[in-house]
Amino acid sequence: MTAPAPTGIDAATDALRQVMLATPRRGSALLRRSLGHSGLVAGGVMLVAIVAVALAAPLIAPHDPYNQDLARRLIPPIWHAKGNWEHVLGTDKLGRDYLSRLVFGARISLLIGTLTVLISGTIGTAIGVCAGYFGGRVDAVLSYVVTTRLALPVVLVALASAALVGGSLQGVIVVLGLLLWDRFAVVTRSATQQIARTDYVAAARAIGCSTLRILLSEILPNILNALIVVATLEMAHAILLEAALSFLGLGVQPPLPSWGLMISEGKQYMFFSPWVIGIPAAALVCLVLAINLVGDGLRDVTAPENRD
Amino acid sequence: MALLEVENLTVDIGLSAGVLHAVSGVSFSVERGETLAIVGESGSGKSMTSLAVMNLLPKRAERHADRLVFDGVDLAVAPEARMRALRGNRMAMIFQEPMTSLNPSYTIGNQLTEALRCHRSVGIAAARERAVQLLEKVGIPAALRRLNQYPHQLSGGLRQRVMIAMALMCGPDLIIADEPTTALDVTIQAQILHLLADLKTEFGMTMILISHDLGVVARVADRVAVMYAGQVVESGAARSLFRTPRHPYTRGLLNCIPVPGRTAPGTPLGAIPGQLPNLIGPRHGCAFRERCAFAAPECAGEIPFVAAGPDHHVRCVRAGALEAAA
Amino acid sequence: MSETLLELRNVTRVFKLSQGVFRRAETLTAVANVSLQVKRGEVFALVGESGSGKTTLAKMLLGLLPPTSGEILVGGKPIGAKDRVAVSGRVQPIFQDPYSSLNPRKSIAQLIILPLVVHGVGDRASRRAKVVEMLDLVGLSRRYYDAYPGQLSGGQRQRVAIARALILRPEVVICDEPTSALDVSVQAQILNLLLELKRELGLTYFFISHNLAVVEHLADRVAVMYLGRFVEQRSRAGLFAAPRHPYTRALLDSVLTPDPDLGVPDTRIGTLTIASESGCPFQPRCPSAIDICRTAPPAIRTLRSGWTTCHLVEEEAVPVP
Repeated sequence: MTAPAPTGIDAATDALRQVMLATPRRGSALLRRSLGHSGLVAGGVMLVAIVAVALAAPLIAPHDPYNQDLARRLIPPIWHAKGNWEHVLGTDKLGRDYLSRLVFGARISLLIGTLTVLISGTIGTAIGVCAGYFGGRVDAVLSYVVTTRLALPVVLVALASAALVGGSLQGVIVVLGLLLWDRFAVVTRSATQQIARTDYVAAARAIGCSTLRILLSEILPNILNALIVVATLEMAHAILLEAALSFLGLGVQPPLPSWGLMISEGKQYMFFSPWVIGIPAAALVCLVLAINLVGDGLRDVTAPENRD
Repeated sequence: MALLEVENLTVDIGLSAGVLHAVSGVSFSVERGETLAIVGESGSGKSMTSLAVMNLLPKRAERHADRLVFDGVDLAVAPEARMRALRGNRMAMIFQEPMTSLNPSYTIGNQLTEALRCHRSVGIAAARERAVQLLEKVGIPAALRRLNQYPHQLSGGLRQRVMIAMALMCGPDLIIADEPTTALDVTIQAQILHLLADLKTEFGMTMILISHDLGVVARVADRVAVMYAGQVVESGAARSLFRTPRHPYTRGLLNCIPVPGRTAPGTPLGAIPGQLPNLIGPRHGCAFRERCAFAAPECAGEIPFVAAGPDHHVRCVRAGALEAAA
Repeated sequence: MSETLLELRNVTRVFKLSQGVFRRAETLTAVANVSLQVKRGEVFALVGESGSGKTTLAKMLLGLLPPTSGEILVGGKPIGAKDRVAVSGRVQPIFQDPYSSLNPRKSIAQLIILPLVVHGVGDRASRRAKVVEMLDLVGLSRRYYDAYPGQLSGGQRQRVAIARALILRPEVVICDEPTSALDVSVQAQILNLLLELKRELGLTYFFISHNLAVVEHLADRVAVMYLGRFVEQRSRAGLFAAPRHPYTRALLDSVLTPDPDLGVPDTRIGTLTIASESGCPFQPRCPSAIDICRTAPPAIRTLRSGWTTCHLVEEEAVPVP
């Protein structure tokens, strides 16, 4: 005799169990595609390495990055004839261990990159999505704001604001965050305009979805692709801008080990001790390259067209 | 001798999941002055076939054919330079989307004259004169003024007429029209098809018409080839094929279409259950057997292309049994 | 006498097309003074080609676009902008393009469950059960529950769109060319499904199509639209037996049945698709136009099975019931 057919909630969970067993888990497909993308893997490995180094800075750094020892000024790195193993990457003009400063400097660059992008991304996306979705007068006003911002020379404004506020880590983050949102706005605006015209947004409105729900649940996930690419570009942009500001003395203040500051402090020794600017410059290049590779790779593997 | 002879054409596309057999062993021929229609739904390989003839396939696609001859020229081995000299000149193509087939940055006149001057050494004035002639021939009013207009200033129907004019600029022997009226309104479609029929009579044009619309095909074609899953499953004279379809797929398709006056309103339409089989990987036997109501064990074996009447061939081992049951 | 579920009274919709900062905006009248009534349980078909205004009309029926003038009534009550959520429970759409009507980032289950979530119907478990029930109803295998639209074919996607439209058990479904973008064999499957669901769930359809063969198969009443106006509205049998308006006749002549003995008809209508300033909007293309067609807009002529607006048509006495 067969058991009586399950009813109500039991039927629902039974059906669900059957369904879950039958469909392939979608996470694994994404992972497979990611591992197959050489740019993403290369960039990912580099970025993870840099982040790991930044996080583990206190454990990795052989010395205190702030510890000055004027007796040990400008010792060259290990590949030089006069290098020694105690200071693998040499020391700077104040005798501080370069490797330690480099490793702690990674924290600063990553911190600035991430926080700046979070602030500018939020501002820019909000402006762009509203302009693209509502159109009409809202779009006209917001586009005017964006155009005004685009007309400003970023570096000069950053310099002026930094001079006003005084150079500091928080200052740099706030100034860059409030300035670098333009590309976000422009890209999300055109992406939103395309999405807003689709039938599925019309269907969502016909179902009775509130505007907020449509913006968050129909539009945002579909502009994510474009957003990721812009976010990585802007992160790299912010890191380089901070380096520039710090180089000019208006960004992070000494004795913090910002890579830009390290380049600035070493500029007078450029010809005799090239490693003083060479090493932090190389680190900047690696970080920016890694970020861009990851951004491009993520955009490639998450495009909906790639879903089988 | 036929204008175009195609024997055993195959198009394979290499994908990460395997080899996609878009076209498998397609053979047909087109005589001068006749209209051959290739009918199929999406995934049948009909567009790929026409692109293969013109050698306009995507990079990853590989084409093979036992015989691919156009007016004595072996297209299978012709180098790209030779193909370029033929395309637009002796064989012309009309595409489906009039919105995207014309370059929005150039005037109509510019595009038409370019089509001619690319293959013939004529002056601009002579080329423009011919362009005006052809625009008038395809029924575009105020042709001289149109030469200086841009594609976006014309409606879809007018744009498609411009496409036809462009195809005719060099007086080609063969025109391949890939779904030329699918994107157009019904009334415009009738006009364009009427135009093509007139031009065919006047210029003695040979045409290969690719379409999914059986109505269009029945009215326009002299001969028809029905494609399914990359193969020709039935071919022959239009009259014979539509009056007595022999292949279960052709029959199924004809049953799907509501015909005013014939299908009773509100009743279920004849539908073909299931969907297209996977075209990736090796296949054997009839591609339609999983969806066929008449499938039998022998359908899994070799299916020859046999005659089912004068100028009527079918790729089905059950065609005989079908006829008896009908 | 069947209840009127959906009604439009003298609805007009005008669009202003900005011509830049220095020129006056041009106006485009997409829908001009349209009135219609859709009764419970019927299939009301709207036939029109591109530029006829049928899509604008559909959007107004769904509450997505407000009319410039006129009233839209759902269940006898006029609706305004604030009633959109309430209306959405009674009127739902199925769109033409199965490739753009489903959010590619959402799973099939998430797509179908959305109306329940927005209207706060049931709890998590009962909602999931409903989604599975809808999948069965539209003939989709349950294994597509977690799939994404990109993995489905056009016909399957359209079934998902149907499931989403019906999960709230609406009374009226606005079908905007639901099968035009599908293959012939798939079209037949979807049309059969729509007919079956109508019977099972007691639905009412507002069916927009340019394919007269499909309309003849499904509709109870038909309205023909040209450049924003209704030019003919008849019962299905009446329209197909004896179309009166020259445009309707041209449309019907353009239907190409798969008959190899017939050629392509010459409908003799012109190519000029812009409306005339005065007189009948169809006059620039009409093969039978006479002088008055250029100067005076035609009045409604009542016919036995409906009405038409054409100077050339004689009124018919409607039999007294």
